[in-house]
Amino acid sequence: MFLRMLVRAAVLRRGRAVSALFAMVVAAAVATAMLNLYVDVQAKLRREFRNYGANIILVGRDGASLPADTLARVDSVLAGRGIAAPFGLVVARTSDGQPIVVAGTGFERVRQLDRWWSVSNWPSEIPTSGAKSAPEMGHPALIGVRALPMVTPKNQAFDLSFQGRTLHVSPTGTVQTGAAEDSRIYISLADFVAWTGVQPSTMEVAASGSPEEVAGIMQQLSQAIPAGDVRPVRQIMEGEARVLGKTRATLLAAAALIILTAALCVLSTLMGWVFDRRRDFAIMKALGASGRLLNGFFAAEAAMLGAIGAVIGFLVGIGIAAWIGRVNFHAPVVPRWSVLPVVLAGSMAVTLLSAILPIALLRRVQPAVILRGE
Amino acid sequence: MFVRLVYESFRRQKRRKLLAGAAITLGVTVATAMIAVATDIGDKINRELRTIGANLVITPQEDSLDVEIGGVNLKPPTDGAFLDEADLPKIKGTFWHNNITGFAPMLPVGVTIEQDEKRQDVTLLGTYFAKQVSFGTDQFTTGVRSTHPWWRVSGAWPQDSSRDVLLGERLASRLGEKTGDTITLAGRPLRVTGILSTGGVEDDEIVAPLALAQDILGRPGAVKRVYVSALTKPEDAFARRDPKSLSGAIYDRWYCTPYPQAIALQLTEAMSHSHAEQIRQVAQNEGAVLTRIEGLIFLITLAALFASALAVSSAMATAMFERRAEVGLMKALGAGKLALASIFFAEATLLAMIGGVAGFVVGSGLAHQIGRSIFNSDISIPPVLLPVILAIAVIVTFAGSAAAIRRAVGLDPVFALRGEL
Repeated sequence: MFLRMLVRAAVLRRGRAVSALFAMVVAAAVATAMLNLYVDVQAKLRREFRNYGANIILVGRDGASLPADTLARVDSVLAGRGIAAPFGLVVARTSDGQPIVVAGTGFERVRQLDRWWSVSNWPSEIPTSGAKSAPEMGHPALIGVRALPMVTPKNQAFDLSFQGRTLHVSPTGTVQTGAAEDSRIYISLADFVAWTGVQPSTMEVAASGSPEEVAGIMQQLSQAIPAGDVRPVRQIMEGEARVLGKTRATLLAAAALIILTAALCVLSTLMGWVFDRRRDFAIMKALGASGRLLNGFFAAEAAMLGAIGAVIGFLVGIGIAAWIGRVNFHAPVVPRWSVLPVVLAGSMAVTLLSAILPIALLRRVQPAVILRGE
Repeated sequence: MFVRLVYESFRRQKRRKLLAGAAITLGVTVATAMIAVATDIGDKINRELRTIGANLVITPQEDSLDVEIGGVNLKPPTDGAFLDEADLPKIKGTFWHNNITGFAPMLPVGVTIEQDEKRQDVTLLGTYFAKQVSFGTDQFTTGVRSTHPWWRVSGAWPQDSSRDVLLGERLASRLGEKTGDTITLAGRPLRVTGILSTGGVEDDEIVAPLALAQDILGRPGAVKRVYVSALTKPEDAFARRDPKSLSGAIYDRWYCTPYPQAIALQLTEAMSHSHAEQIRQVAQNEGAVLTRIEGLIFLITLAALFASALAVSSAMATAMFERRAEVGLMKALGAGKLALASIFFAEATLLAMIGGVAGFVVGSGLAHQIGRSIFNSDISIPPVLLPVILAIAVIVTFAGSAAAIRRAVGLDPVFALRGEL
């Protein structure tokens, strides 16, 4: 009987029930999308900030070189939570005696770590098969745009000397960054170590994750590499924290406004609906329904509406959030199931409130007065 | 008669009108606040991104190659070309002076510290801390304190006119010096006012006022490079075109857009014998971050507009639905469909105007509040927003009541009066 009344009530006044449900669905969808975005936006923006490159620098103590196995140790600490690139630096001389900074690094790693490098043509890291041909061809090198006119104006292979040993390099491309890299020559780390006998002294590490996770990685790094000095790149870390914090605060303010509006929309629609049914209410009361039964009936109806609306709205909201993620961040926002209970509880609270308010008003009125239409 | 009908309707149904008006006000408030935030967020985040550091650098055009490792320049300091300090205020004279939030000149000088018979070569970096610079009648303060906000000093920042210095924290611990000590450099006793911590190469250096560094180097007015912090527009395909290949109007458009390249070109023109370039690490990435955040807020603003439109129209629909009896009465008295519809639409318009203006005022206040509490600066609201918002409010109110009005007008007065339906 109770169930049948609930179902019939919805079926008979289809139009208003549908519009109330629609309002509920929209409100729940918007709330879900906002909460999902709020939770996920930090991870999304952090990924953007990793394009700024390293947030941790590992250097040998007092300018000394790092042990040869440092890169392997760093990689095992990171375990996929970031990327590291080694850098070794020496001052070499060109054939006409000019000093120039030559750096050895892993090109593939730099390419992923320092995405802002504007490189005309990356050298391939795989050593040219049949290593014999390499010396004649010259070792591949990237030349900084400022160094280029000085060392090899015609873009030909040239010689570099370091402590009496020469290295024949052939430029494969140029690098432009607007910073110190522009006046350097970059060669592969294997060539660098073989030529100079110097191990890399600096390791740039881009660790992903929250500030706590990055701090954890820093601690693990300094334990794993006692010969190194681990330092945060403060300008990147602080800038990232500031921008993320402000964005999240803005998002929170927007979410609060939107959810409030949606909730009020549901409230006004539902209250209108319940108020509209004061006749049903009066008839039931006249037929002898107790106050508790009536309350229960309207509350159950409201809760059902809230629950159905919340579930449909949740699904729609996940879709919206995923779409925003795809459009804006080129990666879908992962659905957060933890948002569902929040949305469900919120929806039911709003619907219950909007059912109980008019009922409380109507309770005081005699059924006869309502039935007479006054 | 028509005016009186509308007037009486507002006078007699205060509660109902108040409810509908409140819904419109709320909707417009949210819409105004969100639009204001969305139009200003780019500028605000751009300023926050400036905390990552300068995005442009000016160097002497004829400069020889830097031979620098870890901040230590291995070339004789007098080598190479310099910029002229007297040209610096011209940076604020370029077309984009409002976009330039600050600049800091740098002059590294190699010095030797003698301590306990030990000699140590270190770099002394001359710069502005918070220097008063004037261009024409324009007064402004600039220096590392605004361009390098992550530099932290325990102690006090030196005055730009003083002969006080900051010691990098690693250098200080190596030397065993602390705040208040005096070090002797090139025969000059210098007071250490604070210990500087940057997380970069400056931790091993001495940072001094620019004039002091020029004095030690013996080249008054010399500057090695200038870091410029500017608000830029994210780079797009148009920005990357070579300005030399552009013609006439297209070149003007390129020149008058705050792309990093365009600002760099103007800085090159402003400073004699200079070459300005974007620092790609900063300039390239801030474009990406900015685009993402702007896009996100834009999409959320759409959601907010949608939600507030829905709230307004549902409130209007409910309000109309409650007035069936009234409609029935008017119809029974012989009102035509047109007369009825125009009364209700006039009411809706009036309501939308009042609610719209109230909502605009509240929404502006809300936007200010958001700007203050999140970004510590005001969010400016373009006045052109008011008519736009009002138009949207009227349209949404119309749309919300249209279906209900149509149904009410189509009702049989008998049923409507009996309250059935």
